Amino acid sequence: MPNTVLAAEATSSTARTLTIILFLVFVAITLAITVWASRQTKTATDFYAGGRSFSGFQNGMAIGGDYMSAASFLGIAGIIALNGYDGFLYSIGFLVAWLVALLLVAELLRNSGRYTMADVLAFRMRQKPVRTAAAVSTITVSIFYLLAQMVGAGALVALLLGIKPGTTFMGMDANAAKIATIVLVGALMIIYVTIGGMKGTTYVQIVKAFLLMTGALVMTILVLSVFKFNLSSLLGDAAQSSGKGEAFLEPGLRYGVEVANDATQTFYNKMDLLSLGIALVLGTAGLPHILIRFYTVPTARAARKSVLWAIGIIGTFYLFTLALGFGAAALVGSQAITAQDKAGNTAAPQLAQELGRRFLGGETGGATLLAIIAAVAFATILAVVAGLTLASSSSLAHDFYANVVKDGQASERQEVNVARISALVIGAISILLSIFAQNLNVAFLVALAFAVAASGNLPAILYSLFWKRFNTSGATWAIYGGLISAVVLVFFSPVVSGTATSMFAKSDWQWFPLSNPGLISIPFGFFCGWLGTIISKERDDAKYAELEVRSLTGSGAH
Amino acid sequence: MSTEARDTAPTETPEDRYLAMQRSPEFAQLRKALRGFVFPMTVAFFVWYALYVILSAYARDFMSIRIGDSHINVALIFGLLQFVTTFLIAWLYSRYANRKVDPLADKIHEELGEVPSAEHGPRG
Repeated sequence: MPNTVLAAEATSSTARTLTIILFLVFVAITLAITVWASRQTKTATDFYAGGRSFSGFQNGMAIGGDYMSAASFLGIAGIIALNGYDGFLYSIGFLVAWLVALLLVAELLRNSGRYTMADVLAFRMRQKPVRTAAAVSTITVSIFYLLAQMVGAGALVALLLGIKPGTTFMGMDANAAKIATIVLVGALMIIYVTIGGMKGTTYVQIVKAFLLMTGALVMTILVLSVFKFNLSSLLGDAAQSSGKGEAFLEPGLRYGVEVANDATQTFYNKMDLLSLGIALVLGTAGLPHILIRFYTVPTARAARKSVLWAIGIIGTFYLFTLALGFGAAALVGSQAITAQDKAGNTAAPQLAQELGRRFLGGETGGATLLAIIAAVAFATILAVVAGLTLASSSSLAHDFYANVVKDGQASERQEVNVARISALVIGAISILLSIFAQNLNVAFLVALAFAVAASGNLPAILYSLFWKRFNTSGATWAIYGGLISAVVLVFFSPVVSGTATSMFAKSDWQWFPLSNPGLISIPFGFFCGWLGTIISKERDDAKYAELEVRSLTGSGAH
Repeated sequence: MSTEARDTAPTETPEDRYLAMQRSPEFAQLRKALRGFVFPMTVAFFVWYALYVILSAYARDFMSIRIGDSHINVALIFGLLQFVTTFLIAWLYSRYANRKVDPLADKIHEELGEVPSAEHGPRG
């Protein structure tokens, strides 16, 4: 026994060193790109939209890099590894969602907007109220998402570097290491955004997408080769070692759980599944950090191409996660996974270690592959948080400062300076909030960000683009109605209080039975947009004519 | 972007030109070409996806039917089909837009030339 412990210790120390080296290499490369990008960044268009100089393929990669967060890579693989089939629901929702962006939003937004989501929403409205609402919603969604990523990064680093409670690493215990990681991730994202702007951020995302796709592809091939490329035998082994049998391959272990003799709870669980499904599919096209990516290409046709590439890349990636999740279940086993992390977030790295042992040979092989995948996971987190910081600081500077505070009279230079300062402030706030929340279960914040985007932003965008009668009052009602209803319902839901896994497990003010508010808040957001519109007399057919002609033809596009 | 419009009457404001264009039959044709594809397709994929989610919640027996004696079941096939249809719809749309929508949009864009924004320098 002592020998295996020693071997394991040695592994973790080799893997740890290698992870840190690879991570530093990634940081060095991305910082070099950032400095290079800063020399190319002169105008506001450079800072906000990367000079609109990216090709459809480059932007498709960057969209993938922006979208495939640690939550999808580690989270979905983990859910599949522990709960089997139900993790696949996430993958499907996250992918199908791109059809909303492709068919209804991307090209029209590219043609009629300039830098932010609010450019389209405020096109034919009174600027101040609509841009204020859009900035509030953009910053709220982005900070929720940021918190989930940063707190996740903190927890992850402690796990991946193998810092267990009671042990120290470079003089830090697990808690100090978590805080150090949060500060490091925060500092890096601030640097990428303030110095590199959209150009730097885009390249960071492209590099990350390439690394993530390569890493996932290699692991998928290795997993499948263990099972002689027989999907059925992979699934069979996963089901067997999960201890849950065929149920592991069917829906119902995690979402829409049927509780024996409790019809009410069963009903709520199933409603919750529908609610999650609808929020996933409608949220993507309302996420501000995704929407601003469409401005980085020169034309609407390039925007279309970038979404097509993104669908290909993201779809392929989610197919990989299926192999990774079931592979982890079969080769690592749920006991070993939950021993590391109850939520299963370490399933993919543990699978990498196991595959390294089998294919590269021994503990060193395991340590090597583990280190590579751990470094990819950090790269993933960095690229996503940079995108989020950019989206929120762009909105604060362009929507709130330039168009609300300065009445549209700010110079480009002033605007970009404010955007840089905003990135610093938003980054600092996120670091502080993440440190405060580091021991809370905030994984639900990603789903909440999707729910807010689907309930507030999406109705406002769709009404703006397609409904002639839509007006200022409708836009503000839709955004605030969707935003507030989603946040309030989640606040009173079981994810915040009232159960053992809640964010505040010891308190109980829960009365809303569903974990995801989408089923109620999305229709409510659309309803608010409609009601707000018809109770106001404002109507500007000429501006709608301009918006419609410009959005469909590209005439007058920036 | 503030390039003067081509041979238009000096009294015609950009607003008038956009309104006139929006009411023209050729623009109606463009709008119809785009909406005629994207609206039905959106409804179709949404219903198809909703069917999948609803079956996952309420038709567990059906979803757990195994294909032959393999471990592959209807739920997995259904899920993978969502991937297939997503790729397929994306491809169909791209083909349709290239052939039917883009030429109409280009024609109108050319006809309009560069129109200055109807309001003060566009902030957005």
